[in-house]
Amino acid sequence: MDKIIRNLEERSLRKDLPEFQAGDTVRVLVKVVEGDKERVQPFEGIVLRISGGGSRTTFTVRKTSYGIGVERVFPLHSTRIEKIVVLNHGSVRRARLYYLRGRTGKAARVATTS
Amino acid sequence: MLSGLIGRKLGMTQLARAGGELGAVTVLAAGPCVVAQLKVAERDGYEAVQLGFGRKKPSRLTKPERGHFAKAGVAVSARLAEFERRAEGPLALGQTLRAGEVFKPGDLVDVSGISKGRGYAGVIKRHHFAGFPGSRGTHEYFRHGGSIGNRSYPGRVRKGLRMAGQMGNERVTVQNLRVVEVLAEQDAIVVQGAVPGPRGGYVVIRHAARPGKKARKTGDGGV
Repeated sequence: MDKIIRNLEERSLRKDLPEFQAGDTVRVLVKVVEGDKERVQPFEGIVLRISGGGSRTTFTVRKTSYGIGVERVFPLHSTRIEKIVVLNHGSVRRARLYYLRGRTGKAARVATTS
Repeated sequence: MLSGLIGRKLGMTQLARAGGELGAVTVLAAGPCVVAQLKVAERDGYEAVQLGFGRKKPSRLTKPERGHFAKAGVAVSARLAEFERRAEGPLALGQTLRAGEVFKPGDLVDVSGISKGRGYAGVIKRHHFAGFPGSRGTHEYFRHGGSIGNRSYPGRVRKGLRMAGQMGNERVTVQNLRVVEVLAEQDAIVVQGAVPGPRGGYVVIRHAARPGKKARKTGDGGV
């Protein structure tokens, strides 16, 4: 990739975020704008995948909310993300945990290491 | 400030807007360009500046072309283009113009380039025709355009009817792209949205010819 573009993207990288991988359980604190007020909303679940590179990295978090599977994709370096808390490190063998989508209840868990 | 520069498309990326929302942007190398010829009203009938950009082997040029560059006393450029004069003051032959002198953040620009060639394309890709049903009796007629006219009246096919043919590899201009950022040191600008052509393709960047509504809305013009 072009050097100028790489420099440009480097600027928007955030260095204050913890490292995590697919299978980890994270709590993402998202800034939400309601009317003219801004508040922080947590989204907690298992990281299904991390995709892209550089400033274009995104990650998908899946959780089950009232029995319904909910997935949300966040741009990793977004300024809308206040903070990411890693709650658990998962022990998984693949980078994309799409197999979790077909599972519910106890089968939809991943083994934890920490 | 001259009305534009020649450059190259470097590539695209995303940048966050004020609210944290991501938007697609294109990074363009803009200049440095050299003044290769000054068109003056007395001799040429109009005022303009011819700029050159990039490098090219002199051996790849015809003798008249070499003479043209020698007359201006500049190195051989890969591309030449003419630009309208604006209130930029006197310019000298051989003078170098850089991105920071011509563009500033917030400007609206038109970007022209040669679009990516798609070869001889059918009507579905080229004109967004809907094609025919994949089942229900369609027989060897899936990606056709259908009828192209009537019978004895008018007895001919209308001019301009959309059919298959060469797609892309033509000059395309995208109007009113907002300059997000000017990287003066690297002679590059960042514009909102997409620009025709492949990465590395040559582009002509001009201040918007018809800024219109977009400029009025935010209060700044294309100049």
